[in-house]
Amino acid sequence: MNHRFFGGVHPKGHKEYTQALAVTPLPQPPGLVVLPMSQHVGPPCAPTVSVGDSVKVGQTVGEPTGLGAPIHSSVSGKVVAVEPRPHAGGTPVMSVVVENDGENTPADPIPRPAPPEQLTPEQVIDIVRAAGITGMGGAGFPTHVKLSSALGKVDTVILNGAECEPYLTADHRLMLEQPEKVIEGGRVLMRALGLEKLVIGVEANKLDAVEALKAKAPADVEVRPLRVRYPQGAEKQLIQNITGRQVPPGGLPANVGCAVFNVATAAAVYDAVFDGKPLTHRIVTVTGKGVVHPANFFVPLGTPMEYLVEAAGGLKGNPGRVLCGGPMMGIAQYDLTASIIKGNNGLLVMSTREYSPTPKGVLTCIHCGRCVSACPMHLVPLSFNQRFSAGRFDELEGLRIMDCIECGSCAYSCPAHIPLVQAIRAGKNEVRKLQAAAKERAAAAAAQEAEKEATAK
Amino acid sequence: MSNELETKRRFSVASSPHISSSDSTPNLMLDVIIALLPAWLVAIYFFGFRVVTLTAVTIAAAVGAEYLYRRLTRQHQTVGDLSAAVTGLLLAMCLPVETPYWVAVIGSVFAIVVVKQLFGGLGKNFMNPALAGRVFLFSFTAFINKYAAPGRTFWAPIFGSAAGKPDVVSAATPMSYLHQGLLPEGVSLRQLLVGQQAGCLGEVASLMLILGGVYLVLRKVISPRIPLCYLGTVAVLTFLFPMGGIPRTDWMLYNLLSGGLMLGAIFMATDYVTSPVTPTGRTVYAVGCGALTVFLRYFGSYPEGVSFAILVMNTLVWSLDKAFPPHRFGTPWFKKKEKKEASK
Repeated sequence: MNHRFFGGVHPKGHKEYTQALAVTPLPQPPGLVVLPMSQHVGPPCAPTVSVGDSVKVGQTVGEPTGLGAPIHSSVSGKVVAVEPRPHAGGTPVMSVVVENDGENTPADPIPRPAPPEQLTPEQVIDIVRAAGITGMGGAGFPTHVKLSSALGKVDTVILNGAECEPYLTADHRLMLEQPEKVIEGGRVLMRALGLEKLVIGVEANKLDAVEALKAKAPADVEVRPLRVRYPQGAEKQLIQNITGRQVPPGGLPANVGCAVFNVATAAAVYDAVFDGKPLTHRIVTVTGKGVVHPANFFVPLGTPMEYLVEAAGGLKGNPGRVLCGGPMMGIAQYDLTASIIKGNNGLLVMSTREYSPTPKGVLTCIHCGRCVSACPMHLVPLSFNQRFSAGRFDELEGLRIMDCIECGSCAYSCPAHIPLVQAIRAGKNEVRKLQAAAKERAAAAAAQEAEKEATAK
Repeated sequence: MSNELETKRRFSVASSPHISSSDSTPNLMLDVIIALLPAWLVAIYFFGFRVVTLTAVTIAAAVGAEYLYRRLTRQHQTVGDLSAAVTGLLLAMCLPVETPYWVAVIGSVFAIVVVKQLFGGLGKNFMNPALAGRVFLFSFTAFINKYAAPGRTFWAPIFGSAAGKPDVVSAATPMSYLHQGLLPEGVSLRQLLVGQQAGCLGEVASLMLILGGVYLVLRKVISPRIPLCYLGTVAVLTFLFPMGGIPRTDWMLYNLLSGGLMLGAIFMATDYVTSPVTPTGRTVYAVGCGALTVFLRYFGSYPEGVSFAILVMNTLVWSLDKAFPPHRFGTPWFKKKEKKEASK
């Protein structure tokens, strides 16, 4: 039984550009890869190589400094630079630049202390950590941290194959072409968490992938087709749909006994556990009306975006916007200099007619309530815009602005084209400032109190 | 790189999402106009060509007033969003056909300038402009108290108002019977459905209004929640408390199909600006509209209560939205129970 989540929207899929195209390697491997030290949630990694070092495929080039996962070279060759380079997130990030020697000399595989079926949870976590696996659906939360925090607390493991963002087909092709990797990787995670059941959720617009998975699925794996509705692949909505449970505000999936992994993450776990390979490559959909030959590429991490566009036949027409990710949550790129990172499932080049133009003039909210009907987090988005533009930042937190997952359903459905997500992001910033200020005040007051007491004595 | 120039180009950046639905404010307003057309055409059939001229006058006055106000106050022009046209059309729909043009103009100008623009224009008014304009015209009762009977001569004079002249055929509206606790004489339910009754232009053809409502729901312009809760409340209350010993079902059906209820429930109470956005807020608002309508019809001095009921509930919209936010995601539905269990 699927439980429905409230709201959501149904944008046009546009998946036809690439959904029938098999995943292919790049026609020519990139001559240079730029490996940003920040490819995950948490502080950036520290480079462990320096200019002039030679590296092999899968060799560690960055170690986490806090929450994070190591970063490996995706090609073999020579380190030519360790310096800040453009990053898909917008600000330059310390990166290791490797010149590809084309040899693909592999580094030593990740050691595996026991056969895959007999690994203890701790051993799986160690392998996953060593392989540098982070959530590959976009957010990039380190998978080993997710595993260890979920250990003993969950009763359901879900693989996320919803891929609800329009245009993207990377996960679709993965499930269709390598279902056994997804399933076996998922089962490793399942066993590590001490469970006997795995649910793979796939949006019903990918029934061929559902069939492919079902054909390979053993008895302990359930493949579940899901209603085609954005944001079906959002973690909280997926959990709600599959289990009927709602993750509490500010909480984690583990709070409701769930652990969710992207299907690509599961495939990466398979590579790490069965083949000893760290995460160095991923499938990226290069699509949109702005590229000549849309494609699903198997890409070494760190490949510059311009190289991918080149491989897809170059730009055509009036490419006006380039997105790292899908059109609902993707990050717009100023140019094509940034490189592909672990959580990057698509590069979307939109022609000027494909994306909605920046609205002009005064945008008037007519209070129609479409954003309320569309919000899967049960919020009232128009109230955020209202309070934010009036400068009443203190009211935002009480309106639960921090619950927002920024899926964009509200702004998508707004007939006045008010950039609601933009207002919400800015509003969240203001709330964080207020929270920090309140903390500071409290600390100052406490210090003053302590001082008073000290002098009184 | 073969086409280096091409890939080095700069692209436009913006916050996500980068696509949007094809809905726009003018489109929504246009849908409302389309939904009103069937009832308006029926009005022409029953009340003659003056319906067209009267509507033209109210729309022109509303749009003109909006244009001039924005022009004179040097604000950006908003005529293009079609909301003023909708206001004009809705105002015409709740006027009797014999309304003098100058009275209609006053109603339109009041609706646009005083009710809407003085509060900041579209999206800022706290009352439905058309309804407030209509209620303002109660000050001109002497000129608009004549309701032509259906089947008025099609080419009846369109100039020189007949209102106030004693020789004009005027009929009692079904509401005036109901107000006295009587069923309307010689008007069957079938006639009420098709619109063969005395009344304002837009309120007579119940069936066509329902058709328009279905159109709006199918086009997802409105959610059915407000009309259904509104009509449901009226149905339940009139069924429970029939007046003057009239059979319950008859009393209920006549109440539902007479007066401005259909027009009000489907087109006025659902006005975006002046109705709540949260689901529970909408329910409470619509039930309040229904209860007040029945209350005013039973105990008010005017036969009809729809416009007053909706205007009163309009003023509560802000509070309703605040008082009934959506259920917070991930929190228990029944907080009290949990506390009790915890204390045990």
